[in-house]
Amino acid sequence: MANLRPPVTPEDHIQGPEDTPVTLVEYGDYECPHCGRAYSIIKRVQTHFGKSLRFVFRNFPLSELHPHAESAAETAEFAGARGKFWEMHGLLFENQERLSGDLYLKLAEQLSLPSEDLRQALEEGTYQTRVRTDFSSGVRSGVNGTPTFFINGKRHDGPFDYETLVLAIQEQIGRNGNAAVA
Amino acid sequence: MSDVLPPGTPAPDFTLPVTPDQKLSLQELRGHPVILAFYPADWSPVCGDQMALYNEILPEFQKFGAELIGVSVDGVWCHRAFAEARHLHFPLLSDFEPKGAVARSYGAYRSGDGISERALFVIDKDGVIAWSYLSPIAVNPGADGILDALEGLTKPEKIHG
Repeated sequence: MANLRPPVTPEDHIQGPEDTPVTLVEYGDYECPHCGRAYSIIKRVQTHFGKSLRFVFRNFPLSELHPHAESAAETAEFAGARGKFWEMHGLLFENQERLSGDLYLKLAEQLSLPSEDLRQALEEGTYQTRVRTDFSSGVRSGVNGTPTFFINGKRHDGPFDYETLVLAIQEQIGRNGNAAVA
Repeated sequence: MSDVLPPGTPAPDFTLPVTPDQKLSLQELRGHPVILAFYPADWSPVCGDQMALYNEILPEFQKFGAELIGVSVDGVWCHRAFAEARHLHFPLLSDFEPKGAVARSYGAYRSGDGISERALFVIDKDGVIAWSYLSPIAVNPGADGILDALEGLTKPEKIHG
């Protein structure tokens, strides 16, 4: 139980080289305060491991709990389709306490993205399917709350503070040496 | 930890309050797969996560025509407040009097603690347990096992000699 399905594909939002010994996947929600906390932890973890770590983010908006989670996810995907996923991802987490339609348009302008196109994409639900696909894959992978992490495809059930994540990743690096892991 | 009822066992029938003035029987749901999710208590943060998660996943369960039911020893008014706070769109049953009787009949009761285990059952349309899973009480089991089991129901059955 609780294995990543499907594994990471080129369709995913990926940071880091392909041939790293460890891939860390997060299922997250832009309005979830725990994910907000995880955002800065992950940045530190990435700095610590440098080119030895590949990081992937998949959407898991809990819309019944967080009314802005879905629109924020679609905004990130809009930016992703224009090559600026990670920039928008960062801005959304950094502003997670004031998510709103107006904020998304402002953030788009800040990233020199066409805000009118974003408004239309959100209205028409252009990126809904993409977000839903992520969500469904999370369900099938055993996501049990947000954030849920997978380290080399296996669900990480422990806490996600910096020290615990670094140790868990370190253990995988030790196990795999320099071999690439899908 | 308890021994939960294994696959192949007929699911014990029960009738429990679902609102202050309504009851629900397992038998009424015959003809549909039923997901029975025992959990320790309303409001504890982990449970909130599990029920809130299933609430979000409801459409995926409904693709299989399945009915989801949450069961804990909490009373009907507690369930009502909890369901309202979490915007839950599925019934929570009160295994309140006699306390934990239904959980006991599924082998999913923790006598020492007076609460039910975190135990999952998928019951087929004929009322037979198709899959069961007992999760460590602190670990939210997610829904992958439930969906695998529901998928298994739609596949042709194995023929036993």
